[in-house]
Amino acid sequence: MNALTPIPGISTKPISVAVLAMGGQGGGVLMDWIVALAESQGFIAQSTSVPGVAQRTGATIYYVEMIKARPDGVQPVLSLMPEPGHVDVVVGAELMEAGRAILRGLVTPEQTTLIASSHRSFAVQEKIAPGDGIGDPDKVFEAAQVAARRFIAFDMAQIAEQTGSAISAVLFGALAASGTLPFARGAYEETIKAAGVGVAGSLRAFAAGFDATAAATAPVMPPPVTDIKIAPALAPIGHPGFDALVARAQNEFTTTAHGMLAAGLRRVVDFQDVAYGGEYLDLVAALKPFARDGNPELLDAAAKYIATAMAYDDVIRVADLKTRATRFARVRAEVAVADEQLVYMTEFMHPRMDEVAGTLPAGLGEWIEARPRLFRALDRVVNKGRRVQTGTIRWFLPLYILGGMRRFRRGSLRHKREVAHRDHWLAAVCAAAAHDHALAVEMLQLRRLVKGYSDTHARGLSKFDRALAAAQRLAGRSDAADWTRRLRQAALADEEGTALTGAIATVDSFLADEATTTLRH
Amino acid sequence: MAERSFAREVEDLKLGAGEEFRGEGILAITKALLQSGVGYVGGYQGAPISHLMDVLSDAQGILSDLDVHFETSASEAAAGAMLSASVNYPIRGAVTWKSTVGTNVASDALANLASGGVKGGALIIIGEDYGEGSSIMQERSHAFAMKSQIWLLDPRPNLESIVKAVEDGFELSEASNTPVMLEVRIRACHVHGRFIAKDNKRPTYTLKQALENPQRDTSRIVLPPAAYVHEKEKIEQRWPAAVRFIKERKLNETMPGDVSHLGIILQGGMYNGVIRALQDLGFADVWGNSRIPLYVMNVTYPLIDDEIVAFCEGKSAVLMVEEGQPDYIEQALHKILRVADVPARIHGKDVLPIGGEYTAVVLATGMRSFLSKAAPDLLPDQVRASNNPSIMASDEIKALAEVVPARPAGFCTGCPERPIFAAMKLVEKELGQHHVSADIGCHLFSILPPFNIGATTMGYGLGPASASAFNVKAGKRSIAMMGDGGFWHNGLTSGIGNAVFNKHDGVVMVVDNYYSSATGGQDILSSRADNGSRSTKHPITEAVKGIGAKWVRQIDRTYDVAKLRDTLKEALTTPEAGPKIIVASSECMLNKQRRVKPLFNKAVKGGERVVRERFGVDEDVCTGDHACIRLSGCPSLSVKHTADPLKDDPVAAIDNTCVGCGNCGEVAEAAVLCPSFYRADIVYNPTGFDRFMARLRAGVIGFLQRRRERRRPALA
Repeated sequence: MNALTPIPGISTKPISVAVLAMGGQGGGVLMDWIVALAESQGFIAQSTSVPGVAQRTGATIYYVEMIKARPDGVQPVLSLMPEPGHVDVVVGAELMEAGRAILRGLVTPEQTTLIASSHRSFAVQEKIAPGDGIGDPDKVFEAAQVAARRFIAFDMAQIAEQTGSAISAVLFGALAASGTLPFARGAYEETIKAAGVGVAGSLRAFAAGFDATAAATAPVMPPPVTDIKIAPALAPIGHPGFDALVARAQNEFTTTAHGMLAAGLRRVVDFQDVAYGGEYLDLVAALKPFARDGNPELLDAAAKYIATAMAYDDVIRVADLKTRATRFARVRAEVAVADEQLVYMTEFMHPRMDEVAGTLPAGLGEWIEARPRLFRALDRVVNKGRRVQTGTIRWFLPLYILGGMRRFRRGSLRHKREVAHRDHWLAAVCAAAAHDHALAVEMLQLRRLVKGYSDTHARGLSKFDRALAAAQRLAGRSDAADWTRRLRQAALADEEGTALTGAIATVDSFLADEATTTLRH
Repeated sequence: MAERSFAREVEDLKLGAGEEFRGEGILAITKALLQSGVGYVGGYQGAPISHLMDVLSDAQGILSDLDVHFETSASEAAAGAMLSASVNYPIRGAVTWKSTVGTNVASDALANLASGGVKGGALIIIGEDYGEGSSIMQERSHAFAMKSQIWLLDPRPNLESIVKAVEDGFELSEASNTPVMLEVRIRACHVHGRFIAKDNKRPTYTLKQALENPQRDTSRIVLPPAAYVHEKEKIEQRWPAAVRFIKERKLNETMPGDVSHLGIILQGGMYNGVIRALQDLGFADVWGNSRIPLYVMNVTYPLIDDEIVAFCEGKSAVLMVEEGQPDYIEQALHKILRVADVPARIHGKDVLPIGGEYTAVVLATGMRSFLSKAAPDLLPDQVRASNNPSIMASDEIKALAEVVPARPAGFCTGCPERPIFAAMKLVEKELGQHHVSADIGCHLFSILPPFNIGATTMGYGLGPASASAFNVKAGKRSIAMMGDGGFWHNGLTSGIGNAVFNKHDGVVMVVDNYYSSATGGQDILSSRADNGSRSTKHPITEAVKGIGAKWVRQIDRTYDVAKLRDTLKEALTTPEAGPKIIVASSECMLNKQRRVKPLFNKAVKGGERVVRERFGVDEDVCTGDHACIRLSGCPSLSVKHTADPLKDDPVAAIDNTCVGCGNCGEVAEAAVLCPSFYRADIVYNPTGFDRFMARLRAGVIGFLQRRRERRRPALA
């Protein structure tokens, strides 16, 4: 026998809880509640954290250990940090923080209940990608199924918002319902009341978190991105001109393309007019001969990207969108304004002479552009930041009039250039489609690179042009489509186009090698 | 006004004998100071000891009742020098700072203090910022104790032991006429625990008494020949006195165990981790019983040779658990046992990592390795082999590593420093990259994405000094950053004074956010707040002009990105010689919100007309290129996927945590990004006139909107 023989009735192992949260999520509040709860129930609790600079939006771990107090007053020796393989409950206040806990080995299948909010708060690296840099949430769910003894997950941020409280209270409710700590629900609620801050809201959020956990049979995953996309129905709306377009689309195209065509038609008609919708259908129809049966990709891509190319972002469109009644209503909803409150919008606009010249009739615009000194002089007048208060009549009127200028759009310099650029692209696509279906699809998808305004738009356009030219050089090779896809991914990887330049250099080097080889033969 | 109010915690400082204190480690230390009859306290804020400063700052009433003087020192050097009040007078004094950075700054004062010695107890509480979550270089404070012969306490990380260490520390200091350092690690500073309080004590001799009865003793002043005598005193008197005291008062603890041929020697701060690691291997329990004898060094300098010899005698192997490097204690151990001819084999950095925090995993692995070397027969087979199939090798978890993003600390929502770096990015696009010397403070987050600005950081307030070599004719100028905290800490002289005197041609950007923000929002000289106990509102521009700077620009709203950009461009291109100094001022948003939010809510409740601003993005105008985010990084500016099937990439979106600082709109405008941003001015409790105007506007605008809607197909 040694000193370690357990004494009956005396606990031998503490219960441990790790909370992974970001600064500002209330991780500290949750930790304090857990400590107070344990202490109120005759436990000795110890908590620690490493806040430091982490409280400035960084990720932090809070750690609590608790053990039933001994009647003889002997004090336990509790650990100041979580130890992989010995954590009973891990709380992730955000989905990727739950993932981080798994990566740190804190979640083990023998012991750990993992409670996570499934909402995402994106990290800077996910947000700054010119394309879609968001991490795949499914990977966390898949890993949690392997790593955790039990996995509880649902969108707690949403519940916090609905109950007008913080996510920490929802997590506290989920913790209570999980039954991992030997305390009754009432003790949790007493803890919130005793803390005395925002009690009513916290109790509401606690109850909602408790109920959601108790009701859930499986972790609730966020819907995949493809499910969020809603294609409108290709159906008449009671407008004779538009309905004729719908009828034509229904007749001319297979049903698989209908969803994207409906979205595209709406976009271009809304952008210009019904006749423009007809032009759109003509352009998409031009690719029909190359579409393969049972393979909707080409027409789908055509319907999507021809619409985005036709409904380009010019000042008229921006002015039109900014002045609509639907937009006024959306802003009210977005900024959560109560009925009795008023809201006024201020737009941050910075027009340059480039945009003004683009809006002018093509001839006049070109005439000015051909005179750099005049152009610069005019730019000095035009080029400045303007705060536009759309909610006042004085500012609404000019924007409204600008938005109404779409009837002159077809004659504008910008339109002339957009059409030429678009036609060049579609001609290249048709040329490729004749013998390489997959390459044509990829060339259509390159259009994704054109976005943004002013400099950002110019950079995107240049990326598009370079990638399209490279794709044309690749035509005829069996891997042309694969390489075009890689070019697109490279172009979306960084802003300056460094990755794209590298990828194009690779393409050109093997094309040159091939040319040399051919010559030698 | 500090970031956190300690109004409730201040009440805990009043607890009397027999009452239980429950709370954070650093607050327990504060209470222990008052229980020890401390006469004065100073220090410089910084994690993990900021709360000590903040709680004392909020406890001015209690302090003056107890005749305790509390001072927010200008720097750690100032705090260290403050301890000179204990040289000639029997007054207990304590100072605190973040270490090793603070100890670096204070070392001049500390070396002088330690040389002459002290009469009253002098305690230096250092928050050892080492290991996970640390924001500084990884070094040990131990070296400072050794070089100046200051005693170093490293108590077990529970409140009772830490409080006892404070009390013992004062007595040890007085018994040996030597200042004492109390080292508390970051987790111990923030540990929640309990101890039984004692009554607070007034100092037995007060500062007032000292001022009115001045004393001097030239033998305490560091000047030959006294300086030579000091060294002799250290060796012949103070050191032996300290050893005697530590032994008599049993400051180090020996804990028995039945596996008597082994032993573990550990720093007190390692105790809980060591017990947990032993527990995992079946050699200890949660109540602190260990099968292997322990020698817990609550004093890690000086070492008590004969205690160590006695502990190691008769043992075959001993493990030294010493966090950090170099392994000063382990080296000393070898010498002590060699001299005493004790054959016990010493393990330490051979089974534990040389550097880095001794986490639970590290200790468990090291302990297992020690036991398998020193006593393999004792380890159960499964523990020795330990080849549990780890889930970490599974495909699912490997795939997870690819998606979990790094989440370093960054600028808060609405931070006024963000637009400064956005402006610098814009200048970079126009004039090319420049050499940027960064400094310590929140603004150092600029080195991370999305800004990626800043080449070096050489210490608090040393940004401009670290650009001083770049004082040659060249096509580009250097840019040096400095916060208001660093400016007052030493940057005024080391940075601005240095640049003026040496006719440096570079640009200095002083980031003034009204507080020492990174450390928790404490007031400093240039703070704009009314502070009852401190003198504030001393403009930085006055100081730099006073020291001789000529080209000085004050920007009162950092959110004016265009103005900042133009000012910086001017600074980089003006023919004027000498340092170009831009002071960019706007209130720290974290502190501003804490100040303004309650006032705003009160006004709304009181029926006053108030306007709240926040920003939004028109999702149909946004094209999802994220250029705005690359110039911002604001937590409330995020991305979201829309229902629009024609959009592949997520669009920008602003959530309800937006505080309406205006940065994103200013950036979009200054960088000519895109027109998707809007500011929404929400009018609470609108007046009758407001409502009349709103009806009028809605009438006209609504009419026009309906007119246009009628003329196009109803697609929405």
